[in-house]
Amino acid sequence: MELYEKILQGNVRAASRLIRNIEDDFPQAKESIAKIYPYTGNAHVIGLTGSPGAGKSTLTDGLIAAFRKEGKTVGVLAVDPSSPFTGGAILGDRVRMQRHAEDPEVFIRSLATRGALGGLSRAVGDSIHILDSMGKDIIIIETVGTGQQEVEIMNYADTVILVLVPGMGDAVQTLKAGIMEIADIFVINKADRDGAEMLKSEINILLDMALAADCDWRPPITRVGSKEDKRQFVKGIQEIALQIMQHNEYYSGNYKALKKRQRRKALFEIQAALQGIVMQFLMKRLAAENSLEDMIDQVISRKSDPHSAAREAVLKYLGQTLI
Amino acid sequence: MTQRRIRVLVAKPGLDGHDRGAKVIAQAFRDAGFEVIYTGLRQTPESIVATAEQEDVDCIAMSMLSGSHLTLMPKVTRLLKEKEMDDILVIGGGVIPGEDIPLLKEAGIAEIFTPGTPTSTCVEYVKNNVTEKA
Repeated sequence: MELYEKILQGNVRAASRLIRNIEDDFPQAKESIAKIYPYTGNAHVIGLTGSPGAGKSTLTDGLIAAFRKEGKTVGVLAVDPSSPFTGGAILGDRVRMQRHAEDPEVFIRSLATRGALGGLSRAVGDSIHILDSMGKDIIIIETVGTGQQEVEIMNYADTVILVLVPGMGDAVQTLKAGIMEIADIFVINKADRDGAEMLKSEINILLDMALAADCDWRPPITRVGSKEDKRQFVKGIQEIALQIMQHNEYYSGNYKALKKRQRRKALFEIQAALQGIVMQFLMKRLAAENSLEDMIDQVISRKSDPHSAAREAVLKYLGQTLI
Repeated sequence: MTQRRIRVLVAKPGLDGHDRGAKVIAQAFRDAGFEVIYTGLRQTPESIVATAEQEDVDCIAMSMLSGSHLTLMPKVTRLLKEKEMDDILVIGGGVIPGEDIPLLKEAGIAEIFTPGTPTSTCVEYVKNNVTEKA
């Protein structure tokens, strides 16, 4: 049986192997994705993002439990950073989720960023398709701990949850462009700390001003207390799970917004694929003819500049003049 | 042929709460360019094997100081065999008496690294002994 057939039957090992083949850039892996792609598009994809230590993994763990209680199957992709020096990584998001390790309906996979900058791994798009084709109802993507502008998650998730904690800066921080704009749901985590109420009103001020014209979904703001107070914590999680479903229903009932999101997601994936194919092709040709070293030398010695060098390469190997 | 990046699960089975050794080796593996999946304290053999399956690792490195290594480590290799995942390299470390080492090796634990072993020795061992997955 082929790898993709096993995946369609829900085989965990086949799925984790294909994810790895994608990560390691095995050429045949893309063909397997092409085989499973017709079976995708059914899962609801949730993105969890926020600064390091905001509590993303703990919330993910809580959400897994909440969705399992409703009988839904869950896939999790947890992204942590790779070392820029060695390429190594410590993937530690599972620590908070290990109680679900043996649940056959939960599939958790850690991904290292491997040099990608948007807070995710380049393998994340295809990994979503793999979990989706296995039949997972819910897919949760946990980004790396993000700063102000790692917004790539919006191109993969149906619902983006931004996790904030009180005391991380003044009101101007919430006004800035970038990550604050992409949230469909705000979570104020560790809300038993000072400043939670203040943060909530700051977000509300932002929302009052910023609601996009074609979208009447107002992102709810949920406060979640420390998990030491288990009852309050679970209550907060249940509220978020409900809001996720409401957000999903909102989109299902709003054809224009749904189409817009679908088109944006598809365009992004096509662009990424084009970039990958063209880049790989050019790098291979340049390396084969040893022209890459020449290019580098010319740019360093100021005989050429990066843009002209790139344009020349495109002209030479793709036979096309670009702008 | 594209080269695989080595993935290692660093696991702490059993009930002892001392994870310094596990963290030191995790760091050494990271610095060697491996992707290390770290799962924290008190893992059961079942959860270790399930994690290895979901994460598609090449190696499971177990750190134990509780004294129950003769029960828990062989259980991991047995479960791997049952699931036909015994191409995964299994190694161990921690406070393990010399006379137990042959028993563990017989049970499929490829190598045991006792306190004082330079981390570079473990790194080299893993590099040289993992099986490249097709």
